[in-house]
Amino acid sequence: MSDQKITQVRGRAIPMPGDDIDTDRITPARFLTALTWKGIEKALFCDERENTPDHPIDNPNYKGAKILFVGKNFGSGSSREHAPQAIKRFGIDAIVGVSFAEIFAGNSLAIGMPLMTASAEEIQKLIAHTQKNSETEYTADLETLTLSWGDESLSVGMLEERRQSFLKGTWNILAILRANLPQVREVAEGLPYMREFQD
Amino acid sequence: MSERTLYDKIWDSHIVAQLESGQYQLFIGLHLIHEVTTPQAFASMKETGSKMAFPERTVATADHITPTLTKLRPFKDDLAESMMSALEQNVDEFGVRFLNWASGKQGIVHVIGPELGLSQPGMTIACGDSHTSTHGAVGSLGFGIGTTEVGFVLETQTIVLNRLKVHRINVNGELNKGVYAKDVILRIIHDLGIKGGLGNAYEYAGKVIDEMGMEGRMTVCNMSIEGGARIGYVNPDQTTFDYLEGREFTPKGEAFERAKDYWKSVASDADAEYDQVTDIEGGSIEPMVTWGINPGQSVGISENLPDPKSFEGEDIKTAERGYEFMALKPGDKIAGTKIDVAFLGSCTNSRISDLREGARVMKGNKVNPRVRMLVVPGSQQVQAQAEEEGLHEIFREAGAEWGNAGCSMCLGMNPDKLVGAERSISSSNRNFIGRQGSPRGRTHLGSPATVAASAIEGCLTNPADVVGD
Ligand code: SF4
Repeated sequence: MSDQKITQVRGRAIPMPGDDIDTDRITPARFLTALTWKGIEKALFCDERENTPDHPIDNPNYKGAKILFVGKNFGSGSSREHAPQAIKRFGIDAIVGVSFAEIFAGNSLAIGMPLMTASAEEIQKLIAHTQKNSETEYTADLETLTLSWGDESLSVGMLEERRQSFLKGTWNILAILRANLPQVREVAEGLPYMREFQD
Repeated sequence: MSERTLYDKIWDSHIVAQLESGQYQLFIGLHLIHEVTTPQAFASMKETGSKMAFPERTVATADHITPTLTKLRPFKDDLAESMMSALEQNVDEFGVRFLNWASGKQGIVHVIGPELGLSQPGMTIACGDSHTSTHGAVGSLGFGIGTTEVGFVLETQTIVLNRLKVHRINVNGELNKGVYAKDVILRIIHDLGIKGGLGNAYEYAGKVIDEMGMEGRMTVCNMSIEGGARIGYVNPDQTTFDYLEGREFTPKGEAFERAKDYWKSVASDADAEYDQVTDIEGGSIEPMVTWGINPGQSVGISENLPDPKSFEGEDIKTAERGYEFMALKPGDKIAGTKIDVAFLGSCTNSRISDLREGARVMKGNKVNPRVRMLVVPGSQQVQAQAEEEGLHEIFREAGAEWGNAGCSMCLGMNPDKLVGAERSISSSNRNFIGRQGSPRGRTHLGSPATVAASAIEGCLTNPADVVGD
């Protein structure tokens, strides 16, 4: 599975200030009716984009960006995978933020989108810097756990096991789970309710 | 060996393997699916020609997009229709039990799981919906999962998880009259915060929880996720066993006795160790309503709205944003805030006891002429029971709409939606911006009794002011 390794994401960034951005804002519930992920990127922040003339997602300066800068508790709320899918399919390959909601983080891992953390002050600086210098190219490096641009760089955090999944290309875990099916059957046989309490 | 919690016991007995990442592969005893988070998972299985590992451990129903005021097919909304037919095709093709309208057992997944006895103590339960924590009320571990993980369960009957810490929350003493399970969980989230449960399972205990009925426990566990805890549970006890006995999928006769032995064995040991313990005095809880844009922004119904400066750090900003969006002012009374819509339903509060409570308040009263009230039972079985008791007549005579089972106005995915900047009092679980289907719609969360009382008065109202107890 070496082709699935993710060691680095490079590109410009979109600053998305604010804490507690929940999945209802990222992909409003009415888009949950999509049957495949195709086109889900159109739902990205669509309600607030309608009411916000220079929403970062629409700002031409950030077009083609690969990295998203966010605040604290990003992706809270409903478990919908539509949120990370929409972000990824919009073209974002990594998110750097203060913190992430758990289910959102799990869903992001499963689709191969690394999440990195930095302090609130650092994120604030990054957001301010990008707002002024949208052309800045960032490199988010999973091996060195750094985010660098120009001559500057800062250390970022990441759950070690998730980092390893990206580095080793094991984030696509379905194959690994499948390989364990014999053990799965063994565990199932040992559970009283799987035997319908027959013995 | 140190004494263990229910979480430890169920977790340990369901581990398949520890993965290289350090995470665990866990066996899932019951997989509940619905029309929204499954099409992609089935679609990719078809692409790869995969089979389900344990098709008999998956049960399907339809709730999220299902209209509640009509049973006509095809649905008016083309996407909803295509989602529904996708589910119908998939359950057919993969041989999954489907509790549809015709079965008489359709309903919100988190209502029908316990109601049919599918959800049992000592099980791991997964569903592509974050409120799967509800099933913890019967003493199981309920995991809300994403669509990718739904695919994992379909193909391998397992998911991958980190072990959580266990935080025990004791609700001690007695609740005052007119205070309900919903008020208890809103108060817990108020006190511990919407991130208080991150990385934790909440074990609810104490006299109030011990004496609470199963449906109340479901309400409490349901909103664990709003407090940041992916899992919430109550240890199985006699209340649990009495509730489950005789239900369709509950073991019968001698098997029931053996089941009970297992169920008893999974309860937390008396001297189990917890990572954290919180005590809340039941008597200090009053009817709660949210005023802001997350479930932690709540007050007692008799209180005044808090000063944003009373919060810390970025919560100050969230409070300011909440006030702005909700068009409310710090210092004002929350009671008396005019509402346009009252919604009684959702997997938090749409069970028979919830409808009875709403009807008790509503009886002999009228819904304020300015207010649109929608009452939606959580399942066809709840609906049938309510209609047998004549509850629907009480609501209809009062001027409320009586819907068919489904998620309804809990989320904006079916025809029941807020319009424009309408303000609602809702018995559901989320007051996030846009949640009830209108980007400008404003949601206040409260108990079924508070919903009914507010519908009558046309403004947020303490139910005690209407029923006088
Ligand atoms: S009622 Fe609301 S929270 Fe519950 S399953 Fe339906 S949409 Fe989810």
